[in-house]
Amino acid sequence: MGNDAQTPDTAESVDFKEVQSTERFQELRKRHRSFVFPMAIAFLLWYFAYVLLADYAVGFMSTKVWGNINIGLILGLLQFVSTFAITGWYVSYSNRKLDPIAAEIRQGIEGHEFDKAGNPVSGAVK
Amino acid sequence: MIGIPSAVNVAALKDTTLLNMAIFGLFVAVTMVIVFRASRNNKTAADYYAAGRSFSGSQNGTAIAGDYLSAASFLGITGAIAINGYDGFMYSIGFLVAWLVALLLVAELLRNTGKFTMADVLSFRLKQRPVRIAAAISTLAVCFFYLLAQMAGAGSLISLLLGISDWGGQALVIIVVGALMIMYVLIGGMKGTTWVQIIKAILLIAGAGVMTLWVLSIYGFNLSNLLGAAVETANNPNVLNPGLQYGKSETSKLDFMSLGLALVLGTAALPHVLMRFYTVPTAKEARKSVVWSIWLIGLFYLFTLVLGYGAAALVGADTIKSAPGGVNSAAPLLAFHLGGPLLLGFISAVAFATILAVVAGLTITAAASFAHDIYASVISKGKADADTEVKVARRTVVVIGVMAIVGGIFANGQNVAFLVALAFAVAASANLPTILYSLFWRKFTTQGAVWSMYGGLGSAIILIIFSPVVSGGATSMIKDANFAIFPLSNPGIVSIPLAFFLGWLGTVLDKQREDTTKQAEMEVRSLTGVGAEKATNH
Repeated sequence: MGNDAQTPDTAESVDFKEVQSTERFQELRKRHRSFVFPMAIAFLLWYFAYVLLADYAVGFMSTKVWGNINIGLILGLLQFVSTFAITGWYVSYSNRKLDPIAAEIRQGIEGHEFDKAGNPVSGAVK
Repeated sequence: MIGIPSAVNVAALKDTTLLNMAIFGLFVAVTMVIVFRASRNNKTAADYYAAGRSFSGSQNGTAIAGDYLSAASFLGITGAIAINGYDGFMYSIGFLVAWLVALLLVAELLRNTGKFTMADVLSFRLKQRPVRIAAAISTLAVCFFYLLAQMAGAGSLISLLLGISDWGGQALVIIVVGALMIMYVLIGGMKGTTWVQIIKAILLIAGAGVMTLWVLSIYGFNLSNLLGAAVETANNPNVLNPGLQYGKSETSKLDFMSLGLALVLGTAALPHVLMRFYTVPTAKEARKSVVWSIWLIGLFYLFTLVLGYGAAALVGADTIKSAPGGVNSAAPLLAFHLGGPLLLGFISAVAFATILAVVAGLTITAAASFAHDIYASVISKGKADADTEVKVARRTVVVIGVMAIVGGIFANGQNVAFLVALAFAVAASANLPTILYSLFWRKFTTQGAVWSMYGGLGSAIILIIFSPVVSGGATSMIKDANFAIFPLSNPGIVSIPLAFFLGWLGTVLDKQREDTTKQAEMEVRSLTGVGAEKATNH
């Protein structure tokens, strides 16, 4: 077979508990969680604030701002904007802060099968 | 033109039936050839389920958009906005924002820890058998609800195109769609299905984009004028304000909250979307695919706003409601109004292909889950070889196809976006707590997972059965009986918190501890991609 996502040949000999306790891995874990958790809470709060306003503050949401465009429509479109912005922010954060450290730990475990960008050197995308 | 609803002559649709069917037939023929060519390299289980992990991030992102932009998004949301105004827009926002949960918390970690199905991740560090069975059952349930919605959409669309309004004729149409879909999946596997999704996503977004520009051009590219025209046609200024559908009572307001919760938490728990992350070679590509799909999906949902209000202004809610296919016919009727039979034929073919492709994606997910999680891992206890597993998957496709056909015949006539929201509620209740707990909570145990999955799945389905969706209302599936003791039509606000609570309770009450080595392995793998980054070597 040799085509599973997990290749046991590289993994069985690894002491994952030891890797988990290393400073580098703890740093990676911290960087990941300190970004995704606050961000997830923030966008969920913003989304539910919007839903609650649309549900219980109909008068406010119906206030016309420009022509027939009301506050409800503007807040709805701002949900689109914030979604696109968070997406871009996360990608740039991952590229700068997460990928290099993840590739480093991976290389340490698997030997040098990956280049600096974290891409497999051979036999990857066909 | 503003304010004068030009009558869309629904009867005239019948004259264009042949043209519609010719365009649709051409699409089916072209995709069949592609599926057939793509399938020639299907040799292993990884090929069949995960397309040999050979797709790039942008290809997979387009395919995810194809999977996600189902009949619910196109027919359902456009119809909901056309009829209920602002409240329909809620679907667009919820369906889009939900992707952030998938992007930030699930996609990459899942790609790094799994193989083929959602259950691979959930059972990674817990006890294989009970968790796998629970995950497979919830996968089958979610896929079934989602399939119902797609089949209902197919019924609406065809009844409009062919002017078939009798129950037997629509049932026959659903049977034909189901048979086509079974063919796709049997021949093409994941690779063929992915290609169909890609082609369909491009056609759908392009088609909706053209219609959006067309509608905007009628109103001088001024959104405010379009909204004004919608108000005039509806003769009701409240179509621009929240609350037209859900603001009637305290119960309906609670229902709106419930819908909002299910929409935003459902996406990251949809098995057929999760399975797409396995068709790319690395976590970085998984991230790229999500980013790509967020842009495509966001763009499309902006189109739905214009299309929905465009249909409200140019076609009118009353015409839409009385057309065969009802609320789901807003988008095709708008196409007919704008571009006559040619545009209607094209848009209908795209909508039809959308349904076909989404149904194929759902079916292959359900089949993979049954063959991989229940048959290979539990029934034959890991002794089945890959060939037998794929054979079982193919047989499952036929069984699920038949079930979807029967279910679709009964769900016919309901708003597709609404039906899909039920699938989201079931997914968010049954799967999301366990996915998040097992990725982020070290102490999470098997008992917690099993309680959360069965508790969430069971409560969501039971509440739906006793809701106004199934009985007691004018639009219910069973109109003659009334056992709707639960007042909300979406169960999310009860079943999702309950499932999170049960996952916590089951864990703290569990006397057994899970293997900390496995936990360490899962955490290291999920964040670094060790072992998972290597692509397939044939």
